Amino acid sequence: MSETAIPSSIQAAPASPAATPVDPSSFLRDKVRWRWFETVFWLATLLPFFVAETYLILASQIAITALFAVSLDLIVGYSGLVSLGHAVFFGFGAYIAGLLSKHGWGEPLTGLLVATAGATVLGYLISFIIARITHFALIMVTLGLCLLMFELANKAHWLTGGDDGLQGMSMWPIFGIFDFDLYGYTAYAYSLIGLFLSFLVIRRIINSPFGLSLRGMRENVRRMPAIGASIKRRIQVIYTISAGFAGLAGGLLAQTTQFVALDALSFQRSAETLVMLILGGAGQLYGGIIGAMLFLVARDQLAGMNPQFWYFWLGLLLVVVIVFLPNGILGSLAKLTSRSRRKP
Amino acid sequence: MSISSSPTLASGTPAASGVAGPIVLETRDLQKKFGSLVVAKDISIAVPQGGRYALIGPNGAGKTTLINLITGMLKPDSGAIFLNGQDITQMAPATRVKRGLVRTFQINTLFPTLTALEAVTLAVCERRGEAGVWWRSLPGYGEAIAEAYDILSSLNLAADCERPTRELAYGQQRLLEIALALATKPSVLLLDEPAAGVPRSESAELFTAIAGLSKEITILFIEHDMNVVFRFASRIIVMVNGSILVEGAPAEISADPRVREVYLGSGYHD
Repeated sequence: MSETAIPSSIQAAPASPAATPVDPSSFLRDKVRWRWFETVFWLATLLPFFVAETYLILASQIAITALFAVSLDLIVGYSGLVSLGHAVFFGFGAYIAGLLSKHGWGEPLTGLLVATAGATVLGYLISFIIARITHFALIMVTLGLCLLMFELANKAHWLTGGDDGLQGMSMWPIFGIFDFDLYGYTAYAYSLIGLFLSFLVIRRIINSPFGLSLRGMRENVRRMPAIGASIKRRIQVIYTISAGFAGLAGGLLAQTTQFVALDALSFQRSAETLVMLILGGAGQLYGGIIGAMLFLVARDQLAGMNPQFWYFWLGLLLVVVIVFLPNGILGSLAKLTSRSRRKP
Repeated sequence: MSISSSPTLASGTPAASGVAGPIVLETRDLQKKFGSLVVAKDISIAVPQGGRYALIGPNGAGKTTLINLITGMLKPDSGAIFLNGQDITQMAPATRVKRGLVRTFQINTLFPTLTALEAVTLAVCERRGEAGVWWRSLPGYGEAIAEAYDILSSLNLAADCERPTRELAYGQQRLLEIALALATKPSVLLLDEPAAGVPRSESAELFTAIAGLSKEITILFIEHDMNVVFRFASRIIVMVNGSILVEGAPAEISADPRVREVYLGSGYHD
């Protein structure tokens, strides 16, 4: 037991602002306030429509991948859980949307809704396993589920097209007006709106009492029962929500590309998304979006030079970011700004 | 519903233990082994409402183990635990907290990146059943936030409540441990060395804050500093090698030759 006295004190808090009256509610309100740079960011997402029309397809992919990354962030960045198999829900949503369209129901919005609901239900069922295990077991089980779903989809060639992918989708125009065009105008608008609306909901979740309890779990899972929290229930809820958003992203991909590749379910997709999160900054709200942008733009550019060699550059980028910016790009930025703000 | 008032000796007991309320926390013959090592042997205690019980004993006596057993972080091999007369032996730790049985930790067990205000607000929200709400923004819970702020103020933490926990001074973090526990509105509070690591000159201040807590709250605390124990405890339980050696009022304990031999003899500070 600790008999060693650590030299420190109750009184001598380093530079406590001497008895400044504190309004606790306004402090917390300030923390969740919509910031100017968020407005700038979302306005900037409209730029591809005007300045980079040839990249609209890529922009749409980025928006979808970003949504997937943000859904993973709910688990990994905010709740402190691990998942190596989140593509299960992404792929599940993609196949639902794809199969609906292939078999005669090409209406995008209802298709997307069904895909989201399907992934949510699957997430809920799997959450019963997830809430029972931790650490390495969690890594192994999520990885195992991912491999299992991948091989199931591969085997069920009659349903999914297996290796060849799901072909023969035909999407109806959105609201009967906006047809999915070759250049990707509709696709990007559709994906971007999907991302933005989902983001608003996720932002609210994070800033809610529930979101605070998730951060509590991440920070100290041992303390949570000691303040009366039943963490299993919390894990189930966030896992289910996260699975729903992943399925939504998968549905968006299927509908905008009118194709589902087996790779939607792959371990590689799960792992790459984790890489994006770490690059951008896990638990930073915008980290997944920034990470997805960086990752996909870099792949687009570097793979253009040499398709196979691009993983070399990715590896280099990962090592550099982890060593010099351990909290990801956004995490390190946030640290810098909070440090400069604290200076009088 | 007073089953049995603790057998206080009229002479030499501090006023605090003179009037013993109903028993709120009781253990009966708790047993726990790790392999062949017996860490709890026939532990039976009964703490009346408003009691300030100190749990003392040399290192490895099983004091923290007893707290882990009472709070459900360890399962006893046999025996039973009662809270307000109700058997809670099989309850999950979080359920016991909801019923008012709350602990703090010897080693800071806090939420490093949460501000003190957020951490205590979280505990308040848990108690109020609001921590599962994901569709409303946290600042909308003004009552919970105000309550958290009041708790922090009462422990002199208000001025620093907007700082992340990891930036607080060590002594402040010890107070935050207590603040988190208070936010759950405990009826029984188990304090595992609340002043661990705090310089002795300041542990008195910390215990003054503890002594100032409502008499509605029953307290069982582990502490090594005998000055503090004799000042704040209404009754003292001495543990050695996983079992209770003797229980009594401070005056009895300090006079007991067995206690002097096994504990005070070697470990008495000052």
